[in-house]
Amino acid sequence: MREFINQVVFGWYPYLCLTVFLVVSWLRFDREQYTWRSGSSQLLRRRQLMWGSNLFHIGILVIFLGHFVGLLTPIRVFDALGISHGAKQWMAIILGGVAGIMCLIGMTLLVHRRLFDRRIRKTSSFGDIAVLLLLYAQLLLGLATIPVSLGHLDGHEMVKFMTWAQGILTLQPSVSALILDTHPIFKAHLFLGMTIFLVFPFTRLVHVWSAPIWYLGRRGYQVVRSTRPKGTGRPRPSTVPAE
Amino acid sequence: MRIRAQIAMVLNLDKCIGCHTCSVTCKNVWTSREGIEYAWFNNVETKPGIGYPKDWENQKRWNGGWVRKRSGKIEPKIGSKWRVLAKIFANPDLPEIDDYYEPFTFDYEHLQKAPELSAFPTARPRSLITGERMEKIEWGPNWEEILGGEFAKRSQDHNFEGVQKEIYGQFENTFMMYLPRLCEHCLNPACVAACPSGAIYKREEDGIVLIDQDKCRGWRMCVSGCPYKKIYYNWSSGKSEKCIFCYPRIEAGQPTVCSETCVGRIRYLGVVLYDADRIEEAASVPNEQDLYEAQLRIFMNPNDDAVIAQARADGVPEAWLEAARRSPIWKMAMEWKIAFPLHPEYRTLPMVWYVPPLSPIQSAAQAGKIGHDKEMPDVRSLRIPIRYLANLLTAGKEEPVVQGLERMLAMRAYMRSKTIDGVIDDNIAKRVGLTGLAIEDMYQTMAIANYEDRFVIPTSHREVNEDAYDLRGSCGFTFGNGCSGGTTEANLFGTPKRAKTPMEVM
Repeated sequence: MREFINQVVFGWYPYLCLTVFLVVSWLRFDREQYTWRSGSSQLLRRRQLMWGSNLFHIGILVIFLGHFVGLLTPIRVFDALGISHGAKQWMAIILGGVAGIMCLIGMTLLVHRRLFDRRIRKTSSFGDIAVLLLLYAQLLLGLATIPVSLGHLDGHEMVKFMTWAQGILTLQPSVSALILDTHPIFKAHLFLGMTIFLVFPFTRLVHVWSAPIWYLGRRGYQVVRSTRPKGTGRPRPSTVPAE
Repeated sequence: MRIRAQIAMVLNLDKCIGCHTCSVTCKNVWTSREGIEYAWFNNVETKPGIGYPKDWENQKRWNGGWVRKRSGKIEPKIGSKWRVLAKIFANPDLPEIDDYYEPFTFDYEHLQKAPELSAFPTARPRSLITGERMEKIEWGPNWEEILGGEFAKRSQDHNFEGVQKEIYGQFENTFMMYLPRLCEHCLNPACVAACPSGAIYKREEDGIVLIDQDKCRGWRMCVSGCPYKKIYYNWSSGKSEKCIFCYPRIEAGQPTVCSETCVGRIRYLGVVLYDADRIEEAASVPNEQDLYEAQLRIFMNPNDDAVIAQARADGVPEAWLEAARRSPIWKMAMEWKIAFPLHPEYRTLPMVWYVPPLSPIQSAAQAGKIGHDKEMPDVRSLRIPIRYLANLLTAGKEEPVVQGLERMLAMRAYMRSKTIDGVIDDNIAKRVGLTGLAIEDMYQTMAIANYEDRFVIPTSHREVNEDAYDLRGSCGFTFGNGCSGGTTEANLFGTPKRAKTPMEVM
């Protein structure tokens, strides 16, 4: 029974989450783009947001990149670079710890603001509050894994999770067996992490997809659109980057 | 040279009576929705005053508009693209809603439903954001109406720079004027430049600046970028909104709602041709005080054959060229030079211009000593300080404003002489550099102000611009998603089911 539940949660559930994450994101972008926004509440209350939002976002971006690179880079690459498993484990603990503390401070401010500022509370949807609390719980779980990791600094647990993540993405649900004997905090962290992917496209989190880095590549500053049809010598529906 | 056409507006402040009909009709049509109750695409400010939102003209505080760098290039004052992105998590230059005002309603129902009481029931205010009781309303959309509040506060007005404002605090020396404000539909819009999503754009055909509501992600940089603070963040939909210059009406050849309903007939709409290749050049002139003239230089003469030929080549429809030749805007800005841009020093090249107001002759204390220049009073003895108007309209350069006011006084003197004395006095016209004929035309346009003289708006020419076959069976003006209202009834995506689109309201 224990094996079966493990198989369901860490072998099959990831595919449910990833499918919903991708398909619903695409559907929402295609059909409901008017709802696709960051949902900033800065206009209503600036207090606590300046520190809160900056710390939270910078922290979580570092954490996200850390997870992305740390989990999905094949271990052979680290071996080839001469980074030992223990060293990688230490890197993860230090980088994740620092970013995690930043994120924690920021998020605590944001959660407090969201729940106890009348203006923000009254104008929040269920989803706004739920997703914030979900991320907060996930952050706390993530920080709680640090003391556990300090117990096995050779990094062998970490390599298990890397193998699992890469196995899932290469369509081998059987890698779930690797998770069976890991510490429950890791299991909870993994489960909640997948759940965040599951709810992602239904919440304001979709603004992550739209991080406007393309702005840096815009030629000039101005955007002009024309209804002129193609083939009349000028681009359309164009963003003629004039000026 | 690349010719584009724009429908521009001029407001004759000399005739504005501050009735707010423009603001109210605009609000009823476009912004009477949740999330945007606090927003006035058009508002009328009493000047001097700090305005709406508070202190909007203070760009040291809000960082709106453009700055010219030492290299001679201009960039948004909020910063280069990197700096804009660095501010995206929390924008230090964004006004809070209290800088506008917390929107409120009153408990009107209580007036009908209150039980029998010893005191009259009252309708007390309630916040439209939290729905909670507001004990005291501290600020509203038009708090400084007719010089409301203390002078100490109103005199924070930025246009007092270089004016000895202490004098104007005294009752007998006080002055005021109205300033109706809307989006300037700039040639060099700072909001467009600041939008990281590229959701804001200027329309090539008629120059109207719009926000693509589907592409807007609510990064709210445009609110900071716009020095006029005429972009509003809808806290309910999470998108920014702005004056749309009533484009569905303009496309059909009708004036905007604010213009149509103006009881003082102060608003004018017409075509202006401009050289799109020289926008950056005009916006980058070193001296701020030259920006007004620089903008005049890129307005192209619709009677010039070379301009007409180029405009045709660039696809400006014939009806638009004809309208440009009859444009009241062209006459007021270029021929008579009585209309001026609002705060050209922001380097946005605004396209909503203002005729400065005349005002009564200075106080009784000076009566008898008024500097008369033959029949006409010296404009420097008018109550509203020239410097104040110049700070508002020409970045502080007084000569153009003086000439504009003199021409308006000359118009009065000429017509008085003509209708009262029965004398056509061309000398009056000559003294201000006009002809009698021009003054008669000015009188017809500005004093009589017939509907067809105020609004010369060609319809949009979709037949040359769009493939109508592609558009058949489509839904006209909606808030996205083809024929759906933008959000479906059963909302899967977490937005509260509250926001109403303008289409639903209409």
